[in-house]
Amino acid sequence: MTDAIIKTENLRFAYDAESRNVLDGIDLEIARGSFVAILGHNGSGKSTLAKTFNGILLPTEGRVLVNGSDTADPEKLIDVRRTVGMVFQNPDNQIVASVVEDDVAFAPENLGVAPAEIRARVDNALRRVGMYDFRLHAPHLLSGGQKQRVAIAGVLAMEPECIVMDEPTAMLDPIGRREVLEAVRSLRRGRGMTVVLITHHMEECVYADRLIVMSEGKIAMDGTPKEVFPRVEELLSLGLAAPETVALLHSLNARGFALPLDALSVNECADVIAKALGRREGSSLPGGKIQ
Amino acid sequence: MLKNITLGQYFPGDSVVHRLDPRTKLLWLAGYITALFLANNAWAYALMLAVLIGESAAASIRPKTLLSGMKPLMFIVVFTAVVNLFYGTGEPLLKIWVFTVTADGIRRSVFMVLRILLLVCGAFLLTYTTSPLALTDGLERLLGPLKKLRVPVSELAMMMSIALRFIPTLIEETDKIMNAQRSRGANFDTGKLTERAKALVPLLVPLFVGSFRRADELATAMECRCYVPGGNRTRMKVLKFARRDVLALALCAAMLAAVVLLRRV
Ligand SMILES: Nc1ncnc2c1ncn2[C@@H]1O[C@H](COP(=O)(O)OP(=O)(O)O)[C@@H](O)[C@H]1O
Ligand SMILES: [Mg+2]
Repeated sequence: MTDAIIKTENLRFAYDAESRNVLDGIDLEIARGSFVAILGHNGSGKSTLAKTFNGILLPTEGRVLVNGSDTADPEKLIDVRRTVGMVFQNPDNQIVASVVEDDVAFAPENLGVAPAEIRARVDNALRRVGMYDFRLHAPHLLSGGQKQRVAIAGVLAMEPECIVMDEPTAMLDPIGRREVLEAVRSLRRGRGMTVVLITHHMEECVYADRLIVMSEGKIAMDGTPKEVFPRVEELLSLGLAAPETVALLHSLNARGFALPLDALSVNECADVIAKALGRREGSSLPGGKIQ
Repeated sequence: MLKNITLGQYFPGDSVVHRLDPRTKLLWLAGYITALFLANNAWAYALMLAVLIGESAAASIRPKTLLSGMKPLMFIVVFTAVVNLFYGTGEPLLKIWVFTVTADGIRRSVFMVLRILLLVCGAFLLTYTTSPLALTDGLERLLGPLKKLRVPVSELAMMMSIALRFIPTLIEETDKIMNAQRSRGANFDTGKLTERAKALVPLLVPLFVGSFRRADELATAMECRCYVPGGNRTRMKVLKFARRDVLALALCAAMLAAVVLLRRV
């Protein structure tokens, strides 16, 4: 039995009684300390699933347990929210205060933490995302990546055990994306925070321990990135594309190669291709020699 | 063009005025406004002007910044000036059709304009030197006794601080939409009033729709961070009265007394 921080049992959810189930029977365990990426085409129910993890949405059927507490139990709700923090796509719409440090203080203030302790948590959270020097700035004057890091700090100040991020980089430019991903990676170092990352970008999933692909409110694929990404045709049928390295190897295979598809980084991919070419170099095929 | 609206904006700083307790500053503003309405002669207005200049110097806010904040209100100021001009009694100095201008009218007009300018500048000095959070915290504490009458003071204070937080964001968004509509040929700046009003429709619709989505997302984000309306919140920055606050309030009382005395002059 694994130590699950979040567990869903036969989770079904519909936004209103007559409409179809947006989540349709999801059984899932998120292991404590793991890094889980969730992929899926638009409207597949990713955001809805995320919102059931901390009781923003309650299951229509089935249940969601956080550290064993049912999210539908009003007595446990604050505990659940404090355990599972959430970061959303648009940083502008999750920053509540006009000064960075005041915003980061919002969650601990809500939890009734003592002033000196709040100060310590705020400074610590801002340092962890590299925004300490901006603590007195006005959020609306920051870049997208900086705002999103403030939003992450705002959740960290709550001292959650798990952070769920719903497409945190979707509205950012490449620099902002890199900043946010770097912040996520540093969360994983040290304390081993559980991270659930919902994303559209395949490259962001490469470092995940586990990859879940959603489709029509169900879990369509589930495994390590090296297990999931090589299933290129299946991904395509779910409206997703494989990472470019895998796609390249796949189309080389369509031209007669027989390469393994689990090379996710550019380096791994280059190794695979070089090795294959090396073999052909050794063979007696004419014109196979490449300098 | 909208970028220069400084309504409710906060300029971080470290002056004496910045460091005053927000409650002191709110009481000061209340005292200043009361004094403005008590003022009834040139001496009293001169005193009020001097107080404002002194206050902005103490806050290291340049008069130019204060006056530039007045720009969006210029229409109201001019309108008030013109209307008051014709309201005087006594010997007419000038007659235009059915309107008469008297010395009394000119006096009224000047005082009224001064009153509006000083009032708005006084309020601006408060928001320029006080972070919205401190401001709403102060207001919440001052209005605290009303909680006994079931007035949701904390929730109202939270709404106000969020409104202040979103002013710059909404201004930015308005600018963006205006530019997008301009690039499709919309004209907000010239033409007949009806035409300009019509051009505002494609501006306001996306702005409203956007605001509702924003409010919805913000509410969810606040819930995720354990906000419970009416819950017992603590504060990172606890408000504390210092010696300078006592001093400032004493000065405020002195100003009120002086204005009351000047009424007899
Ligand atoms: N607030 C809502 N009310 C009604 N339907 C919604 C709401 N939010 C999302 N949906 C619907 O639920 C489905 C899943 O949406 P969502 O969870 O946002 O998917 P994803 O995040 O994977 O794009 C979509 O068909 C969407 O139209
Ligand atoms: Mg989504």
